[in-house]
Amino acid sequence: MRVLMFGWEFPPHIAGGLGTACYGMTRGLARNGVDVTFIMPHAYGDEDQRFIRVVNASDVEAVYGSTGSGADDILNKISFIHIDSNMVPYISPEEYASYHEQYVKTGQRVWSTTDCWKQRYTFSGKYGANLMEEVARYAVVAAQVAKDLEGQFDVIHAHDWLTYFAGIAAKRVSGKPLVVHMHATEYDRSGENVNTQTYAIEKAGMMAADCVMAVSNLTRNIVINRYGIPAEKVVTVHNAVRFAENAAAAPERGVKDKIITFLGRITYQKGPDYFVEAAAKVLKRVPDVRFVMAGSGDMMNHVIRRVARLGIADRFHFTGFLRGEDVHKMFQLSDVYVMPSVSEPFGISPLEAMRSNVPVIISKQSGVAEVLDYAVKVDYWDVDALADAMYGLIKYPALSNMFSTKGLEEVTNLKWNDAAAKIKRVYERVIEENKNK
Amino acid sequence: MKTVCLYFQVHQPWRLKKYRFFNMGKDHNYLDDLTNRSILQKVARQCYLPMNALLLKLIKENKGKFRCTFSITGIAVEQFKAFAPEVLDSFKELAATGCVEFLAETYSHSLASLASKEDFAEQVKLHTAMIKKEFGMKPTAFRNTELIYSDEIGAMVAEMGFKTMLAEGARHILGWKSPNYIYANAIDQKMRLLLRNYKLSDDIAFRFSNQGWDQYPLTADKYVSWMTSEETPGEVLNLFMDYETFGEHQGAETGIFDFMKALPAAALASKQLEFATVSEAAKKYQPVSVLHCPHVMSWADEERDVTAWLGNELQNEAFSKLYALKEKVAKLKNDDFFYVWNFLQTSDHFYYMATKWLSDGDVHSYFNPYDSAYDAFINYMNVLSDFQIEVEKALEAKNGKKRAVKA
Repeated sequence: MRVLMFGWEFPPHIAGGLGTACYGMTRGLARNGVDVTFIMPHAYGDEDQRFIRVVNASDVEAVYGSTGSGADDILNKISFIHIDSNMVPYISPEEYASYHEQYVKTGQRVWSTTDCWKQRYTFSGKYGANLMEEVARYAVVAAQVAKDLEGQFDVIHAHDWLTYFAGIAAKRVSGKPLVVHMHATEYDRSGENVNTQTYAIEKAGMMAADCVMAVSNLTRNIVINRYGIPAEKVVTVHNAVRFAENAAAAPERGVKDKIITFLGRITYQKGPDYFVEAAAKVLKRVPDVRFVMAGSGDMMNHVIRRVARLGIADRFHFTGFLRGEDVHKMFQLSDVYVMPSVSEPFGISPLEAMRSNVPVIISKQSGVAEVLDYAVKVDYWDVDALADAMYGLIKYPALSNMFSTKGLEEVTNLKWNDAAAKIKRVYERVIEENKNK
Repeated sequence: MKTVCLYFQVHQPWRLKKYRFFNMGKDHNYLDDLTNRSILQKVARQCYLPMNALLLKLIKENKGKFRCTFSITGIAVEQFKAFAPEVLDSFKELAATGCVEFLAETYSHSLASLASKEDFAEQVKLHTAMIKKEFGMKPTAFRNTELIYSDEIGAMVAEMGFKTMLAEGARHILGWKSPNYIYANAIDQKMRLLLRNYKLSDDIAFRFSNQGWDQYPLTADKYVSWMTSEETPGEVLNLFMDYETFGEHQGAETGIFDFMKALPAAALASKQLEFATVSEAAKKYQPVSVLHCPHVMSWADEERDVTAWLGNELQNEAFSKLYALKEKVAKLKNDDFFYVWNFLQTSDHFYYMATKWLSDGDVHSYFNPYDSAYDAFINYMNVLSDFQIEVEKALEAKNGKKRAVKA
């Protein structure tokens, strides 16, 4: 079976849930005997005038530096196509517009900021003047790619709304069935104030698709209830986690105190406020504990001010955005990991924490809560319950031992192979249905 | 005859390096050695050395008629010793002429006067001892960090035995009164106050090279004519400024050194002006009035208050966490810890955390090595947290030893 996949650049180029999920899924599919042609946007700027580039699998930098041993036969089943575009995951139309405005005003082409999502953001005359235009341009190129590859794929798979038009275009050109993957909905990103254009594209993609995959039942329900997609068309495929081949040795601990960690974008969606309030409550009872907030985001300054006002700044530390090895180091230094997300379609990072033997507290409003038993689950708004759970995990070793050992077992069983097998069955079904139409 | 009182402030902070959470508990070198050395040596080359040489020449030429006053922080002297000992030697040479007075202040250029009386007294004691050791004179006049002053601070300083103190001639305090007279502290009226004439001082310190200024270019003759003019009534003209004005904030190419070279001769030739050090000027005249200043003021920013250092929750938090450590550090009686304790108190660290960007944003960002107030806060708190841990550890070890001896 062959699949044409519209995905996103792999880590470490663009870290975060989307890239990580695409990577794990693609490898899982390859292991299940599925050939993948992986198409992704990649900004070349002006130096390269071609729209499309075909890249060898070995040229693509893989997660954490190397693809590891024994993976070569799998990589043979994956080929990569780069489309010259400056789209990056999670970018909002407003952000895109502000970069474009700056580009027009100053002629500045490349932005590097401390924010991972815009690590190296490129602009040049040939990119769309606004994000919607760029999405449409990407679709036009995608249609051309689909035409060129005619007869070389059986099914199309598109990740995240930015590529949905591309998926639809490829479907129209080739007549092959389309599967779209909802990693996050506009309601997760923006709360109730949804961007109607984004919403419309998400809905159009799902309506045109033969099957919609949701990363959790939580997301599946949103898709059914708020986008009006027929329930029988939507399946849940939970994400999994990939184990690094050789885990680095644990770094030496500098401080004796217990460390409770929040790691993620410091944005409304991730609930950093609740973490801070709970931290203040715990610190009133236990003096020898430290809190670390790793990451950056638009709420960071607000959070720093709140920490200062609560008078806990000597026990509450900020690391700024962490990448690569530092993320692992941070997990290994932690005694408890907390993800108090207000809305989280899935949430891969608790799995990564559990992999490092760290007990986790997650919000009930996260998709990952559906697949984990050995994680403390609280309502994101229930600061008392969150503080309670933190206290329990640092004060009662029996509890934290149970969570870390059982949690490691549990997370080890969440394999991309299994998730990919499920995806493969979906492919088989839609191909079959498509033939009978 | 009016008395001109020239006073220069010399200070350089020990800048902190980028100190991350991962350093905590492992790395106790908090300073950015390269930046500290390169900045100090640059300022020494552009300002301290040439300006000291010029002042020495002026003092010798005018045979005691040209006089001025300095205040040098302990932190600055530490850096002279580490990176540019020749600067310290040239200050000593100036001290030896007898025409230069050295003031007392806080050792670390700290905000201790806003923390507690004890912290404040200790900082001043430390600084006085340093001045005595380096320059062989015991200061009798006092200037607080950034001219921070209130009635109470003035009274505290009087209690420490000082007779004269400097303060800002702030408009909201003076009202219709002129800064060109001696005033007295409202609580202890024996304490004499010299108030900075901010207009004349800033003409040199800020406006000198400003080509958009309607008085540009400023010449010594023009400046002397302003000082002698009847529109500048009074007895004492207090020209207080950062020493780095000369050659650093106003580069040599602006002609600032030529201006200073010509100023004493032009002033003395007018026969209406004389130079004096701070203490000499204070002795010469009687206070005309009591100055009431119930709220704290300073020489910084348009507001002339202390919000540049303690104006937002970040600064308040860092400040209270720092001084909460005070007793523990004192108990340790360990020089290494005192050294860190001193440089952590420097007001500059708090200045970097300011978030007021309206009128004085340019001045703030000019002096700020951090991208934002939040970065400054995070870095400072990381360093402070590590210091806190080390203090606790050392105290435990010390108590453990004591117990062992008793047993």
